[in-house]
Amino acid sequence: MSLDHADVKKIAHLARVDLADEQMESIAKDLSNILNLVEQMSTVDTAGVEPMAHPLHMVQRLRSDEVTETDARELFQSIAPQTDAGLYLVPKVIE
Amino acid sequence: MHNKSMTELAAGLRVGDYSSVELTQYFLDRIQQLDSGLNSFVTVCANEALSAAQAADVQLQTGQAGLLTGIPIAHKDIFCTQGIRTTCGSKMLENFVSPYDATVVARLKAAGVVNLGKTNMDEFAMGSSNETSYYGPVCNPWDTETVPGGSSGGSAACVAARLAPAATGTDTGGSIRQPAALCGITGLKPTYGRVSRYGMIAFASSLDQAGPMTTSAADAAIMLQVMAGFDERDSTSAEQPVPDYSAGLEDDLTGLKIGLPKEYFGEGLDNAVAQSIDEAIAEYRKLGAEVVEISLPNTHLAVPTYYVVAPAECSSNLSRFDGVRYGHRCEDPTDLEDLYKRSRAEGFGDEVKRRILIGTYALSAGYYDAYYLKAQKIRHLISDDFTQAFKQVDVIMGPTTPDSGFRMGERADDPVSMYLSDIYTIAVNLAGLPGISIPAALANGKPAGLQIIGNYFAEAKLLNVAHRLQMATDYHQAAPANIEQ
Repeated sequence: MSLDHADVKKIAHLARVDLADEQMESIAKDLSNILNLVEQMSTVDTAGVEPMAHPLHMVQRLRSDEVTETDARELFQSIAPQTDAGLYLVPKVIE
Repeated sequence: MHNKSMTELAAGLRVGDYSSVELTQYFLDRIQQLDSGLNSFVTVCANEALSAAQAADVQLQTGQAGLLTGIPIAHKDIFCTQGIRTTCGSKMLENFVSPYDATVVARLKAAGVVNLGKTNMDEFAMGSSNETSYYGPVCNPWDTETVPGGSSGGSAACVAARLAPAATGTDTGGSIRQPAALCGITGLKPTYGRVSRYGMIAFASSLDQAGPMTTSAADAAIMLQVMAGFDERDSTSAEQPVPDYSAGLEDDLTGLKIGLPKEYFGEGLDNAVAQSIDEAIAEYRKLGAEVVEISLPNTHLAVPTYYVVAPAECSSNLSRFDGVRYGHRCEDPTDLEDLYKRSRAEGFGDEVKRRILIGTYALSAGYYDAYYLKAQKIRHLISDDFTQAFKQVDVIMGPTTPDSGFRMGERADDPVSMYLSDIYTIAVNLAGLPGISIPAALANGKPAGLQIIGNYFAEAKLLNVAHRLQMATDYHQAAPANIEQ
């Protein structure tokens, strides 16, 4: 399995990571090498094998619907890059 | 003083040989004098440590102290610490100060443990050499030209150099056991879910587990005692009672059945390491254990499977770093997409980006079945290998690493060769089992780790088996030569 520039560009967009054009070649090579390593999986017959999502096959625990946390907005926003009036600021999305 | 175990240090505090403030200052001084050559700490918090030590001294004087009250340790910089910067080895979190403590940190704090600082690590725990840290590589105290292993490389190096009596670590594919092996210390990865993941910055949530890194199994037992237990804030925390990990440490090993997987002793294993492992196994025979060969036939699939499961989960977990709520934000974003893309491009290093990209690819439309679903099925096969093995044997033993480490930079340009250094540790995470690495005899003057793998929640058995070797030999007391002041 080998990835080209266009593949890497598409994946980087999905992952929301900006990559410079001059990095593309080495990244495509690294990713292709990793996919070649992973390729060994395709030789294994897994017909009838259940996928294992959790090591102990536990089910998701549910909690009762009660308030357990108090409002900590100011504390959490104190570490945010940019806030105003209790809101997180991002570049304008809607004109 | 720095060669004393935590139990010995605790006894010294009780009889008043020294106070917690004196003990804490002693280790802070060692860090200041020796860590410039190792870079095992990202942040040292002397003021906070000394005030915690003062509080511990009050508890010691008033008879309110527990076993670990007043003992200083270090935390891997992946655990959130309220009021103290938590970087996770990344530029992304260079200025991140957590608003709360991780459960592991809170429990140790409640037990009176003093936090000396935060240890260096591979960025977001992704690495096996500690070279991916934004804060620079960590040197192995045994040979500063070689890597300490990773990702808990700072924790391993600081304990090996006796800059702290113990440290916390995390293990997703070997990140406690592999650096413990390369630095010549004891490192325990508990059963998945045994120790809370709350406040431990997530890498691969179905694999991540925290554990103690110490100079002996007996110390690991007393530290795990505080760290383990159900936590309602971790949705995959195990609702299992916590046994007394120290009670059975000295239990007799007569009749213990040890399985040696033939796949762990084949091609690729360094001769000197193999010899150290054989010597340790011979000690177990002397202690009355019975040794049988077993097979874990899907071992060769563990690394490929891991490099789908872990990056897939990483790409999902690390999507939270968006430059909006906390962490690095780029200058003057033109629009929201630019904000995301540049903040992440600037904040993450190369290895983290590689794994995010591989994971994103594996989870993308059209590829999910071929990669992630396939990997989860093979994960089941790998887990079944262990289930079969534990029908025959009590514990599984083998080398923790295929060799005694590598020089800095040697594997940095070849991610796949780096990945293969975790060949013996990764399957344990995929299966969710507990594993411990303890020092075997030095191999050509360098540490070699014996890995002992147990059945689910058999940490007490692992600690017992490890402790018996440490009673019979002095392998674990070997320390690097250049750590004396």
